[in-house]
Amino acid sequence: MSMEELFHPLQEPMILAAAISIVVGAVVVVAGLTYFKKWGYFYKNWLSTVDHKKIGIMYIAVALLMLFRGGIDALLMRAQTAVPDNGLLDAQHYNEIFTTHGLIMILFMAMPFVIGLMNIVIPLQIGARDVAFPRLNAVSFWAFAAGCGLLNLSFIIGGSPDAGWTAYFPLASTDFSPTVGNNYYSLALQLSGIGTLLTGVNFITTIFKMRAPGMTLMKMPMFSWSILITNVIIVFAFPVLTVALALMMLDRQFGTKFFAMTDGGMDMLWANLFWVWGHPEVYIVILPAFGIFSEVIATFARKNLYGYKSMVMSMVVISLLSFLVWAHHFYTMGHGVMVNSVFSITTMAIAVPTGVKMFNWLLTMRHGKIQFTTPMLYALGFIPIFTIGGVTGVMLAMASADYQYHNTMFLVAHFHYVLIPGTVFGVLAGYHFWWPKMFGFRLNEKLGKAGFWFIAISFNVTFFPLFILGLDGYARRMYTYSASTGYGPLNMLSFIGALGLAVGFALICYNIYYSWKHMPRNEKADVWDGRSLEWATHSPVPEYNFAIVPNVSRLDEFWFAKKEGRDITAGKIEKIHMPNNTGTPFWTSGFLFLAAFFAVFSLWIPAIISMLVVFGFMALRSFENDHGRYISVEEITETEKSLRGDK
Amino acid sequence: MNKKLSLMFLAFGAIAILSGCEPLTVFNPKGPNAQTLSNTIILSIITMAVILLVVYVLFAFMLTKYRASKASADYEPPHEEGSHVLEITWTVIPIIIVAFLAIVTVKTTSSVETTPEGYDNKEPLVIYAASSNWKWHFSYPEEGIETVNYVNIPTDRPIEFKLYSFGPITSFWIPQLAGQKYAMSDMLTTIHLAADEIGSFMGRNSNFNGRGFAEMEFEAQTMTQADFDQWVSDVKANEKPLTEEKFKELLAAEHVGRSSYSSTHLDFSPAPMAHGDMDMGGMDHSDMDMSDEDMNHEDMDHSNTDAESTHSH
Ligand code: HEM
Ligand SMILES: [Cu+2]
Ligand SMILES: [Cu+2]
Repeated sequence: MSMEELFHPLQEPMILAAAISIVVGAVVVVAGLTYFKKWGYFYKNWLSTVDHKKIGIMYIAVALLMLFRGGIDALLMRAQTAVPDNGLLDAQHYNEIFTTHGLIMILFMAMPFVIGLMNIVIPLQIGARDVAFPRLNAVSFWAFAAGCGLLNLSFIIGGSPDAGWTAYFPLASTDFSPTVGNNYYSLALQLSGIGTLLTGVNFITTIFKMRAPGMTLMKMPMFSWSILITNVIIVFAFPVLTVALALMMLDRQFGTKFFAMTDGGMDMLWANLFWVWGHPEVYIVILPAFGIFSEVIATFARKNLYGYKSMVMSMVVISLLSFLVWAHHFYTMGHGVMVNSVFSITTMAIAVPTGVKMFNWLLTMRHGKIQFTTPMLYALGFIPIFTIGGVTGVMLAMASADYQYHNTMFLVAHFHYVLIPGTVFGVLAGYHFWWPKMFGFRLNEKLGKAGFWFIAISFNVTFFPLFILGLDGYARRMYTYSASTGYGPLNMLSFIGALGLAVGFALICYNIYYSWKHMPRNEKADVWDGRSLEWATHSPVPEYNFAIVPNVSRLDEFWFAKKEGRDITAGKIEKIHMPNNTGTPFWTSGFLFLAAFFAVFSLWIPAIISMLVVFGFMALRSFENDHGRYISVEEITETEKSLRGDK
Repeated sequence: MNKKLSLMFLAFGAIAILSGCEPLTVFNPKGPNAQTLSNTIILSIITMAVILLVVYVLFAFMLTKYRASKASADYEPPHEEGSHVLEITWTVIPIIIVAFLAIVTVKTTSSVETTPEGYDNKEPLVIYAASSNWKWHFSYPEEGIETVNYVNIPTDRPIEFKLYSFGPITSFWIPQLAGQKYAMSDMLTTIHLAADEIGSFMGRNSNFNGRGFAEMEFEAQTMTQADFDQWVSDVKANEKPLTEEKFKELLAAEHVGRSSYSSTHLDFSPAPMAHGDMDMGGMDHSDMDMSDEDMNHEDMDHSNTDAESTHSH
């Protein structure tokens, strides 16, 4: 591969500008750390941490960065299609951009955001001092980060994947996608997918094994329930992705023919494997959001969650159904009426438990005392907008009708109407809600609310027109269209909406800066008058989470204890066992990254050497005798005192 | 909150107005199968609008009635566990709605997957439609002619498009005549349709297949049987036959304009086998329709190898 080919995307001015801004950003960070002599601090406190709260914060930082990257992609796409016959981007770049936009938004923005919040909140919410496998948690994060880095690197070296985030074969084979773009696809997703799978195992164990005494499963807050179910889905779905990506790599780089057009290869095998993972994946990112909305709505309506049991049941049913519907992604593949009907019915059935949840949230607010805080605005905005996404989902589920919507802008509008009010509003609600828990100060409410309104209104301006365009026959993934189609005005409207979304996102970022500068520190632990255990400990949370692990006797124990004037965190302090920090997950993933990078270019010798280093780290680990350390009673008492503010 | 609601009503109004002046393509069907789909979609929109209305009214009610600013300072919200009656209600009613839509789905899906009603006494016209790179090949085995990037069809006669691809998966779609269906390299899929009106309709590939995807359109022209016959005999009389060399050249080309030939490629590059009724998304190819005489397995493999070897990438 020549240098020119290698750096080919940089010939596009827009992409060059974006690449330069990424490089400059990275240089600024590195130079800053060096100038302020913070490398040691940074390495000790962040890169080698095994503290679930810090890992969670790093996940969220990456997610926000990727929201920015994916958002730039989105803006470029909307700018390109804002007017007919536009020449801003050519077909190749448009294809790369919608592919990376989809990949980044789902796998490197929504997923890590959710995983970040679960890292921060779950141990606190179930009254645990840590996750089950703290070191594995660091491995998960760094494997994910390596995958994320790899995919973003594709944009600068060698070219991004360009066969859609679905990467259907044979289009994604080397015959039709000869650049290394789809090698990046298979390897970047593989790395981050392994990280996610490990997280799944870790959190299932944590939730099953480490709940506070007395907290039976049916006394667990709804967010913890949603995360438990999400992780069960992860553990069942991700191995399918792992296998599919491995076969993809074999096909692309070793000439096997699992998905080829000849020699018995089956293009539809890929489609099936992809969606057997891909459909549950959308529930992996939506169920945690449902959990967050449950917490937020109950907190700010000042009422317990209505129909707790049916909320749990409905999530279990959704998780089961999520594995039975994948073929709705290819009704038009020509399997007969019988198969299409079965998948139509299972798909529509998901609307029933989802509807149950919707009505339970509405009824939670009845007789309540609703406060319109920023997290609550996101939760409330979710209801009317997501319902549109839901009902259009039912429309798409009808196989016959889908023959007209499939692969059109109608579909694009639908899934954004589900993903943005669902997942994105969900994680933003959680982010504003739990921010004081993470950092000990609040985000500014005025800026937060302004951000919400910009996002909620612009969202509808951006995506509602796409329903209409779809019904007018506008196929998705078209980089341009002619003026005679009449698609111009609505596309322009959608572009204007996308600009509004960008403003909303900028406000969210500015809010971090503003609040960091101006908001009062040392907020009280329970800023929102919350209901679950995470509000029982200090903000920011000490390393050991709870000096005294609370006893739980009912759902919303903390809330009732407050009412009754009990202190559930009182008791005798004892020394606490904590794991040691370790740099190996970081370095192991660094070499995994190198191995994958060389593999992308089929440089097998350096790839194998890097892999050997990875295995070396693993072997070393097996000889390591690390029993962690104890935090002494004096140290705990000291920390508690200073966090409580009494001296 | 009210701002957002009114915005949404505005958007709904926009649809109504837009569909008032010039019906959206999907709602402007020109044949029985597209008509069925259009009716199904409209029915589902009405059903969904009712559901939306219920949610929105409840939502607006809760937000206006129970805001903190309206409650007295010492108001303590009660503890409410939930109500079995209510929960059963909002489980059962959606089940009924879903059951209703399921019946509609099964009915309409099977109706558009067969010869349209009222046309079953007529012999269907079979047209093979194959995609390669960013163009469409249409073969009329009965007439012995072939066209590229345009297709003429007679009105008042059922048509069966047999779809396949020399390359990535594509999706054949003439929204005003029928819903889309995938064209794949290893099997045939079938679209049934009929046209009621004379006109020219947009047809395109709607499944992304690479660089030239956006331009991968064709024109579907409907005409009376007499005009169609006239056109067929003109093509037969005036156009050259499609040779194997010429066809390979066509396959390799990325974009081409329209052209017509007085023979088809089906003799030397036959279509793959039909896509029988396969279960589970087609992973099981055991019960394929093997009845078509000149389509045996060797031929299928052969045509695919051919396609690959002539591909230009
Ligand atoms: C922030 C505003 C966003 C805008 C303006 C936007 C815009 C778009 C557009 C225009 C497309 C279609 C490209 C095409 O078919 O030509 C698209 C595709 C897609 N978007 Fe977004 N999007 C946004 C946010 C998101 C978010 C938050 C997610 C997921 C959490 C997401 C997930 C996807 C996916 C999966 C695709 C499909 C990619 C593909 O076709 O391979 N988007 N987006
Ligand atoms: Cu799905
Ligand atoms: Cu098939």
